Amino acid sequence: MSKPLKQIHLAAHFPGVNNTTVWSDPQAGSHVEFSSFVHFARTAERAKFDFLFLAEGLRLREQGGKIYDLDVVGRPDTFTVLAALAAVTEHLGLTGTINSTFNEPYEVARQFASLDHLSGGRSAWNVVTSWDAFTGENFRRGGFLPQEERYSRAREFLATANELFDSWHGDEILADQETGAFLRDAKAGAFVHTGQHFDIHGRFNVPRSPQGRPVIFQAGDSEEGREFAASEADAIFSRHATLEAGRAFYTDVKKRLAKYGRRDDQLLILPAATFTLADTDAEAEELAKQVRRLQVSGATALKHLEFVWNRDLSAYDPDGPLPDIDPDVSDHHISKGRAQVRMYRDPLATAREWRELAAANNWSIRDLVIETGNRQNFIGSAETIARTINDFVQADASDGFILVPHITPGGLDEFADKVVPLLQEQGVFRTEYEGPTLRHQLGLAHPDDVSGEQRAAS
Amino acid sequence: MSSTPPSFLHLAVALDATGWHPASWREPVARPRDLFTAEYWADLVTEAERGLLDFVTIEDGLGPQSSHWLDPDERTDQVRGRLDAVLIASRVAPLTRHIGVVPTVVATHTEPFHISKAIATLDYVSAGRAGLRVQITARPNEAAHFGRRTVPRIEAYDSPAAQGVVTDLFDEAADHVEAVRRLWDSWEDDAEIRDAATGRFIDRDKLHYIDFEGRHFSVKGPSITPRPPQGQPIVSALAHDAIPYRLVARAADIGYVTPYDADEARAVVARIRAEQSAAGRAAETLHVFGDLVVFLDDDPAAATARRERLEALAGEPYTSDALIFTGTPHQLADLLQELQSAGLTGFRLRPAVAGHDLPAITRGLVPELQRRGVFRRAYEADTLRGLLGLPRPANRYAAANA
Repeated sequence: MSKPLKQIHLAAHFPGVNNTTVWSDPQAGSHVEFSSFVHFARTAERAKFDFLFLAEGLRLREQGGKIYDLDVVGRPDTFTVLAALAAVTEHLGLTGTINSTFNEPYEVARQFASLDHLSGGRSAWNVVTSWDAFTGENFRRGGFLPQEERYSRAREFLATANELFDSWHGDEILADQETGAFLRDAKAGAFVHTGQHFDIHGRFNVPRSPQGRPVIFQAGDSEEGREFAASEADAIFSRHATLEAGRAFYTDVKKRLAKYGRRDDQLLILPAATFTLADTDAEAEELAKQVRRLQVSGATALKHLEFVWNRDLSAYDPDGPLPDIDPDVSDHHISKGRAQVRMYRDPLATAREWRELAAANNWSIRDLVIETGNRQNFIGSAETIARTINDFVQADASDGFILVPHITPGGLDEFADKVVPLLQEQGVFRTEYEGPTLRHQLGLAHPDDVSGEQRAAS
Repeated sequence: MSSTPPSFLHLAVALDATGWHPASWREPVARPRDLFTAEYWADLVTEAERGLLDFVTIEDGLGPQSSHWLDPDERTDQVRGRLDAVLIASRVAPLTRHIGVVPTVVATHTEPFHISKAIATLDYVSAGRAGLRVQITARPNEAAHFGRRTVPRIEAYDSPAAQGVVTDLFDEAADHVEAVRRLWDSWEDDAEIRDAATGRFIDRDKLHYIDFEGRHFSVKGPSITPRPPQGQPIVSALAHDAIPYRLVARAADIGYVTPYDADEARAVVARIRAEQSAAGRAAETLHVFGDLVVFLDDDPAAATARRERLEALAGEPYTSDALIFTGTPHQLADLLQELQSAGLTGFRLRPAVAGHDLPAITRGLVPELQRRGVFRRAYEADTLRGLLGLPRPANRYAAANA
């Protein structure tokens, strides 16, 4: 008997502060007005997507001491948008990135528990860490956290939040109007946490929410990040959206689960992926080429090269050759508030490699950045894209995808209309939501059921 | 935008669980089992909007409710637990079109950066109807929920030591509001340019560091969220004495005060107006609203009976920081007009039982006030500032550049 077909999970990443978003397109709308979020969320729900995803950035990015102005700048508050979207959707999961460095567990736990109540059990938390003093300048606590402590803080933050979520069991509220007993338990919500990063105690003031805890996402790719995900997360927002890298990552992470007493289906791997959809594959390739040039203007290309060179390159011609001068490898970095700078750990080697690539292909600076920075994953007709996505998932390169359209807010419409019906016809994507909560769509057990299993097994 | 005639009074409702009386949850209309659902809050706010009210406030706190003024209790006979007020406000905003939504935020333990973008976002989500009600907490148990600081324990409510602690917390709240307000202005309205020719999404000269430096925190800025639709959402605060009066006079658009009669109202208003002048804001509109708890019935005996029934259930007489009104819409309208003539510009009514007294306000009091020609018959503006007669303010940083 052949292996049963896996069901694909799909999510929609609201486009925003990154250079995949094409804001110059005449169809591109606001990244802040609520109407854009409503449009995007309703399309995702019409297409029966699992959830919507919001990224977060807590300080505007800077380069060369100035606010970076070439990408979309500005976004609303994650929690507030998700709560409002709960009013205009019924089933769509609401996933938000919330930083564990510039927040406190009590507050974040009550925000997620509140969001879970207000959405009828649709909340999810992408737990990210940060340590930079640059972002810390916007916060009371500042940026004191050493880089090596970020995962230890994140782990303890999440563990503490879980203690708060679990401080109510779900049966405390009697609200018996006859007897006058509102609470069954006078100490409902009591907690004590003593640890390296947090020393807090008292009573949590949000009763148990429909999902018990929000669904937990993890996004880091380091060794520590993978262990964190394997031990704690329900899903990984990964970057590995090529077939080979995807399979390698998938195998690596899933094999880590056993040591935490977890099964393969208790951690979903969901890479971010872009798509370029047209009537034919040839038209899609042509469109993809145009999109790449729109994503990387000459000015953007120079700024991107500056991540590696760590120097002001504004005097260079983006349509000309790469700089002869070598990168500045001093500690001070020209770019602040973004993750890309960590991608190039050996700038001298990267510069050498890029010069060779550019010389061999006769590429200008802009050509090089377009080609090396290409993050386009699925290009083709609806049939091609549906087939490719399904092949990925069935080959265990992922459990689905978090799609990042390049146009706000209509960039998902065509995918919903053309690709999703094909996946549904193939029987690999839902035609109706499985149940009221995000855990239902993702096939994840309620935390109370999980602990029940573990109790039974031990 | 037409403005509210000066003879009109403004009306808000303060929402807190099933109502302000601690036994309110036991009334048949109370729906205590629905308290943690979106539908419960949506129903209350849409009822308030049906009554053309200016706005609702939503109570909040960073610990369980308590019958004690400083410490937690272990009572099981009253409502305990609540949802985050900003998120309730945001959840109901798309379901309404005119009414303002004003959640409580606790300055003592929160980050001004997060609060600023949350309220700015609430303003986007509601298309210009957001505000906040700033509150401090001196509760040691709430400080222990955060573990970041110890709030000195106040031994007696009116001791000199208590004054020192409270003054410090209000000073910090004033800093909090200042940082929040600067962040709202940290983007000029036309900062987003989408200039395809130069590839620039924003004109970064129109974004501003706020460089706030206070005794308790500093914030660099700019905000990650562009300037909200109202420019500056509404800031409000409840004030019982000189220290909070000063916060209201310096930093707020609305102060909620608790006089027990017209003479006291006159005195309180005079003190706030004096502080307002001292703060250099004499030319600005600063509303002073009276807070009242209301038991409202068409038959005065019914209102009294309801209050007595709740007191019997609670096992003690009901007391409040605010005047407790028990009577008919006609009597309440008389009282509000009398207090208005003493200088109050509006009222924040606290329904004793939300399920009863909120509809009594919207369907009884409001028509009575309309008959008397002192309350709107239709919403006259699209924003909360508009309803309150406040113009959209210039951006402090744009002005500095001009």
